[in-house]
Amino acid sequence: MTDHESTLTTRHGDLLPDWVVADSRPGYEGVIVPVSRLIEFAFLLRDKLGYDLLSSVTGVDYLPDGKMEVVYHALQTIGGAPFVFKVQVPREDPIVPSVVPVWPGADFQEREAWDLLGIRFEGHPDLRRILMWEGFEGHPLRKDWKEPYYEEDAKPYKSRWPEGHVRRAEDVAPLHDNVQYPPGFDPESWTPDGDEALYRGLRKYLEDSGSELKTDRLIVNLGPQHPSTHGVFRMVVVLDGETIVDLKPVFGYLHRNHEKIGERCTWIQNMPFTDRLDYISSMSNNFGYALAVEKLMGIKPPERAEYIRVMMAELTRIVSHLVAVGFLLNDLGAFFTPVLYALEERELILDIFEAVSGSRMMCNYFRFGGVARDLPEGVLERVRDLVENRLPRKIDEIDRYLTKNEIVRTRCEGVGVLTAERAIALSATGPVLRASGVPYDLRRADPYSIYDRFEFDVAVRYHGDIYDRYLIRLDEIRQSIRILKQVLRDIPEGPVISGKPQWQVRVPTGESYGRVEGPKGELGFYVVSNGKPNPWRYHVRAPSFINLHTLAEMARGGKVADVVVILGSIDIVLGEVDR
Amino acid sequence: MNGMGVLKGLAVTFRHFIDTYLEDFKAGKKRYFTEEGIRQRASIEAKGIFSIQYPEEKLPVPEEFRYIPFLVYDEGENGERALRCTSCGICAKVCPPQCIWIVRTNDPVTGKPVPAPAEFYIDVDICMNCGYCAEYCPFDAIKMDHNYEIASYDRFKEHIFDLNKLSKPASYYAKIRPANFARETAEREAKAAKKAAP
Amino acid sequence: MNPIETLDSPGYDIPPEMRGQVNITTIDRIYNWSRKNSLWPMMFGLACCAIEMICTAASRYDFSRFGMEVMRPSPRQADVMIVSGTVTKKMVPQIVRLYNQMPEPKYVVAMGACASGGGPFKEGYNVVSGIDKFLPVDVYIPGCPPTPQALLHGLMTLQKKVEKESIKTSRWYSRRPVPPIPVPVLGPDLMSPAKFEEIREYTRKLAEEQAQGVEGDQSTQDAGQGGAA
Ligand code: SF4
Ligand code: SF4
Ligand code: SF4
Repeated sequence: MTDHESTLTTRHGDLLPDWVVADSRPGYEGVIVPVSRLIEFAFLLRDKLGYDLLSSVTGVDYLPDGKMEVVYHALQTIGGAPFVFKVQVPREDPIVPSVVPVWPGADFQEREAWDLLGIRFEGHPDLRRILMWEGFEGHPLRKDWKEPYYEEDAKPYKSRWPEGHVRRAEDVAPLHDNVQYPPGFDPESWTPDGDEALYRGLRKYLEDSGSELKTDRLIVNLGPQHPSTHGVFRMVVVLDGETIVDLKPVFGYLHRNHEKIGERCTWIQNMPFTDRLDYISSMSNNFGYALAVEKLMGIKPPERAEYIRVMMAELTRIVSHLVAVGFLLNDLGAFFTPVLYALEERELILDIFEAVSGSRMMCNYFRFGGVARDLPEGVLERVRDLVENRLPRKIDEIDRYLTKNEIVRTRCEGVGVLTAERAIALSATGPVLRASGVPYDLRRADPYSIYDRFEFDVAVRYHGDIYDRYLIRLDEIRQSIRILKQVLRDIPEGPVISGKPQWQVRVPTGESYGRVEGPKGELGFYVVSNGKPNPWRYHVRAPSFINLHTLAEMARGGKVADVVVILGSIDIVLGEVDR
Repeated sequence: MNGMGVLKGLAVTFRHFIDTYLEDFKAGKKRYFTEEGIRQRASIEAKGIFSIQYPEEKLPVPEEFRYIPFLVYDEGENGERALRCTSCGICAKVCPPQCIWIVRTNDPVTGKPVPAPAEFYIDVDICMNCGYCAEYCPFDAIKMDHNYEIASYDRFKEHIFDLNKLSKPASYYAKIRPANFARETAEREAKAAKKAAP
Repeated sequence: MNPIETLDSPGYDIPPEMRGQVNITTIDRIYNWSRKNSLWPMMFGLACCAIEMICTAASRYDFSRFGMEVMRPSPRQADVMIVSGTVTKKMVPQIVRLYNQMPEPKYVVAMGACASGGGPFKEGYNVVSGIDKFLPVDVYIPGCPPTPQALLHGLMTLQKKVEKESIKTSRWYSRRPVPPIPVPVLGPDLMSPAKFEEIREYTRKLAEEQAQGVEGDQSTQDAGQGGAA
């Protein structure tokens, strides 16, 4: 019996039914559930065992075995490790019952698995493509699907050395561009979908307006080019006058094929790509990925590296929350002044990142088993100066500046309310969940790295409105400062990486799920290794993507002007939403 | 009282506004267009006007700053260039977006590989400035540049950097990254000494 | 030098007593001078580079010093489109539409590796290999992301380009209207209308190859069966 199996049985005793089997592949964890009884098992897990939040859903294409696997990670909001369960279906016609009736927060993730892997979820209320457009040919994450610039299955490509025939990819592609079409396809006869599938779901609202007064309902598109959507995000709203009847988010305008590229890259090559997920907080992305791979490799960073990691992650949290607060105020109409104040502090922290890692935003600082290099001279003093003197003062200033402002309060208090039950059901994590009264913070709930050594409070607020989501970010900045002070007090001398830096790492077979409490929520990396130099599966559980489940919920019944603010209060970064 | 919050907030902005003048007044002429001024405005104590007025003033970049990579060559006494690169290919293999192309030199007589690149290309329209090439090169032959002023009008002619465009002298490297350069030189000398000793 | 003096056209000597009061210049020069100092960028961000663009607009780098502070979210009021980030296939129809909606004269700055040539994500199936596949780009800024100072340098490079233009040769003052750029269509993959013919040719060939392949299989099968018989 593996360790994991034993913990499973001790944790849940005989509560697990005998028709689930432990996943016995070496390096794998969790249980395998028969497809036919998935929903039954899901209800059992949620209602009997208390796994109330479905954190991640993803598919894996096991091409050599002819199987598709859907992997679920569920967690208890009272804390503890996630519970992993899987279903396996044949690759040709993968049909899995949808768990949306059990956990509504599976919605987007199931759509993503359909879009990218072609797994059909039966009973899903709105199974459309999510990242690509309707009509796109193929399901790109399937292992036998090749992109137009396909060169080899895995990097490094042989054409680069020793006979590097320099060329641009488009020079050799048949159409001189990054495109491909099915044989016999005639572009003239093509009728673009034009979001027909999307509008179909909304049309029902246009027909019955419900009230006696005859009013027309309107479908309005906000985005993808809209000053308030924080990037290329699009919302389709049905309006009844000023009131929002329903809202559908549309994704994929920044879908950069992170996972497909990640499965071609070697393990270490993925590190700089993670920077570009949530590009405001690259250090904590590095952290999550490093944890996932280190878990597989079974290594631990030395003490000093752990402290440096925590220091960087907390500075990142401050940066991210400052930006979130600033832009929230922007969305409220306080055009630019709060952002400018917030960005000043951000610049000072970015200076530290730049000195340490070489880049302001794309830090690429973590390595498996440590960090890339030790802190340069003077950096620690600078951080100390910042943390002890400047930041607390500046946070108080922002507090004084905005918190009591009557306009802010009227616009935010009681607007966009999300109850605790709904937040959990919709799989929200991070500040969004905590502002609804659920004190779930991974740093406490399932401590990773050395967070169990620090003293800090999990910030929690109870109203679940925009105002609380604003306040909780200030609270968290204060807690981060508290952690930073302890880091600076305790940081030891010593090496910053275990073993020698290597450009090629060996990762044993198995799967692993590394997660950190990112500034936006639970950031998880699900990786599967088959012992080769590159991952077989590389999936990102992106918090701001999954938090967007709550958007429609909060916006319904509100005014159109509030939607923008509600979106701002969720704090999304498109690089992570679309990946 | 209603409106107090707004007023208090406005007081904060007003304070910022006043600070810009006070700071200018305090620091006098040396606040702008001097090294000291830039340092002051980029420091933790920065107050008042925060802007660095590029291009007249430039914010100094830290030693670790990375932009596009370049190849280091050592200069001989007569000005001949000796590229440090041995065309071992590690950088091309570790490069995440695979934007390095290297052609290894073969000895014309024996046909055996010679440790020097015949051609070396980096497509800067793909390069993600990650710094892996510099980090993992065993010969300290490729390093990350500090020069970011490389906007151009035509990418087709200019954006695949070749050997000529990539090569920069070791003295330049020593200038932009003094600490790294010193450390690496010391390490290499120590190694050489160890080799020579027995 | 007094910024006004940069206006003076070379070759005309202004008597010393008139200096600072009179400038002799050409229409081109004064026109370009005013244009280059009031380039309004569009408030339009695509990806990570957009954050650096915001930093360039923010306190530390503050590009209002170049007359660019008015970032307009509407293309109708913008002169420069800073393509700041990865251009995806799903987004490119909108970008082309935005560009078509900008009034002339208009400029495009490709900020960062992604916008210039695809960047680190170039091999991805949803990524366009550089915005210049669709729009005429005036300045390319390498870097991932270009730091704010690099962006400023790029914008100054653009200003230099504006300075050298002439009313006589600019395409927006010719009599012929500049046709809008055809908006690409999302089919099984991205299709630009100008390339329909090429695409049809290619897919026809593919179909033929496939048919041949199938036939080939069949003939070997037939041969096999024949042998067995
Ligand atoms: S630059 Fe360094 S890593 Fe790259 S080929 Fe030359 S010696 Fe090898
Ligand atoms: S910096 Fe990174 S992306 Fe650029 S050439 Fe070096 S390894 Fe490749
Ligand atoms: S060039 Fe780099 S920083 Fe800019 S959008 Fe592309 S990946 Fe992001």
